[in-house]
Amino acid sequence: MASALVNVPKKAKRGDVIEIKTLISHVMETGFRHTTTGEPIPRDIITSFVCTYNKEEIFRADLYPAFAANPFIVFSTVATESGTIEFVWQGDNWFSVTQSARIVVE
Amino acid sequence: MGDGRKSETTRRRFMAGASGVVAAGFVTLRPAQATPESMTAAIRQVTGEAKVQPGKVKLDVPPLVENGSTVSLTVSVDGPMTAANYCKSIHVFNEKNPQPNVAAFHFGPRTGRARVSTRIRLADTQTVVAIARMSDGSLWSAKAEVIVTLAACVEEL
Repeated sequence: MASALVNVPKKAKRGDVIEIKTLISHVMETGFRHTTTGEPIPRDIITSFVCTYNKEEIFRADLYPAFAANPFIVFSTVATESGTIEFVWQGDNWFSVTQSARIVVE
Repeated sequence: MGDGRKSETTRRRFMAGASGVVAAGFVTLRPAQATPESMTAAIRQVTGEAKVQPGKVKLDVPPLVENGSTVSLTVSVDGPMTAANYCKSIHVFNEKNPQPNVAAFHFGPRTGRARVSTRIRLADTQTVVAIARMSDGSLWSAKAEVIVTLAACVEEL
């Protein structure tokens, strides 16, 4: 089972730009490789990553096979209000993982 | 050793191909590669006919990487992200991977800072291109040459 790690500061000042780090375990099989017997290995990648802050989308990424295994994405957001930041990864073979983090904004 | 195994597989696959059309067999030996033309086409899909100017966007990749399987990459656009003027998206392309697209990142004014770090794969020594789209519709680009000693993506298992 895939596991996802997110790093969101627990507390932030209103208006501050905070950095969010995310890491998820996934092979990101490109679909361009072959086994030694010449069989193509089917593609199995994460295709999209969405981050929402209190249900409002703040960041989105489209992923392609050129993404390294275990996609690691660092981005920023403005700490506007206390609440939940939610992360959703979706991909081939109905892959879907959701993770969330709480943030307190003062 | 690695080379020996590679050529053996190549020969095997060639034999398989030869039973069909010989010439076509030769072509399928190499995985489809994104050539600079296909990169241009992929960029066109994003930009349309609009003019892309160099500048504004910053692309940070190490100039020399040992392992193409994980190459750290940072793209950013300087400047504040206000509702009136912000960076909408940054698209990353490459020349020689099997596919020209690497990633697309979409921002809004609430992203705060148009800056993303991640890890990508590079199949060969090549040029990586980043295109940024601003909220006013203007497009900006940056290029970086990367030398890769050990390629990613297409290695045999």
